[in-house]
Amino acid sequence: MDSPSIRIRSLLGLLAILAVAWLAWSGIYKPLILGLGVVSCLLSVWVAVRIGFFDRAVFSLQVISRLPRYWSWLLPEIAKSSFEVARVILHPKLPISATIVEFDALPPGPVGQAILGNSISLTPGTVTMDVHDGKLRVHCLTRHGAEEIMAGGFNRRAAELTQD
Amino acid sequence: MFFATSIAILVTMALALARAVMGPSVYDRVLAVNMFGTKTALLLSVVAYLYGRPDFLDLALTYALINFVGVLAVLEFFQNRTVSPDLNKNDDVR
Amino acid sequence: MSMMIDIVSWILLLSGGAFVFIGGIGALRMPNFYTRVHAASLTDSMGTILILAGIMLQAGWSLALIKLLAILVFLLLTCPTASYALANAALLSGLKPDAKTLSPDDKGRPTP
Repeated sequence: MDSPSIRIRSLLGLLAILAVAWLAWSGIYKPLILGLGVVSCLLSVWVAVRIGFFDRAVFSLQVISRLPRYWSWLLPEIAKSSFEVARVILHPKLPISATIVEFDALPPGPVGQAILGNSISLTPGTVTMDVHDGKLRVHCLTRHGAEEIMAGGFNRRAAELTQD
Repeated sequence: MFFATSIAILVTMALALARAVMGPSVYDRVLAVNMFGTKTALLLSVVAYLYGRPDFLDLALTYALINFVGVLAVLEFFQNRTVSPDLNKNDDVR
Repeated sequence: MSMMIDIVSWILLLSGGAFVFIGGIGALRMPNFYTRVHAASLTDSMGTILILAGIMLQAGWSLALIKLLAILVFLLLTCPTASYALANAALLSGLKPDAKTLSPDDKGRPTP
């Protein structure tokens, strides 16, 4: 996203999304409220420019179009491991076999690694502890969960999600 | 049913508070407070339907936003605090 | 038909409440910090999804549905970020996790 015209376009896109969200959310069309809306939308865009939101491609439409498939894969995973964690908690002896897994992230960019780390954290029983130089460190509640992470399903899916 | 769910959430909030009081380390306490906050957002959205007042949903969303930013701010504060003794060691630089 | 939707949403609400409660018990029972994070993430992901899905079925097609969807998406985006920040801060401050390490070099053999 180096060329200025694309930057301007994505800036205007963000402004439009914010304006529509404000209008749909408040449902009040009085001058004072609309004025506050204009001010807060412009303020948000200014903050986004200041933190360098438009300096690199953050989200492409391609990624958004692949999201439903990714979520429909992630949801059963969350359900499965929820039952496993619930079983561990309710078991009288607390059969914890805490394991730390370290592996290289397949998605190259920061967005892909963020999605990968967040998906792993979202699944109960596994928490991403550290993302550094493309290496992830994941804390798993049970040995079984750790082996599931090592099998690389998350890594592969996140890479497929964010590839060009 | 909304009633039973809200009772379950309330009990969990009480358990989280207990962990926040007991928690040996600072991070246990922050974890418990974060849990308390997200459960508050859930409780507000359940209560909105329990009492038939959908405007509570806006409060739930606001609470979720504030809770997230608050937890990150508290973490930032404690991270800086754990680093500061190291900074004090090489005082001669300043 | 509306009876069916009611029953499904009740089941979702009750099981969501059960997961939230189990997570709360876990936050008290677990022995150390890193395992407590797992209990909290159980309430954050499964409990949130089930309860909000149950309320959505009750809400039907309305503005409230969009608001509930926004709450759900927002919670699902922020909760893992918050627990990552928490675990990372604890790790950087030197709180040692009591766990074995598995790395891809030694396939399946845990190093002590």
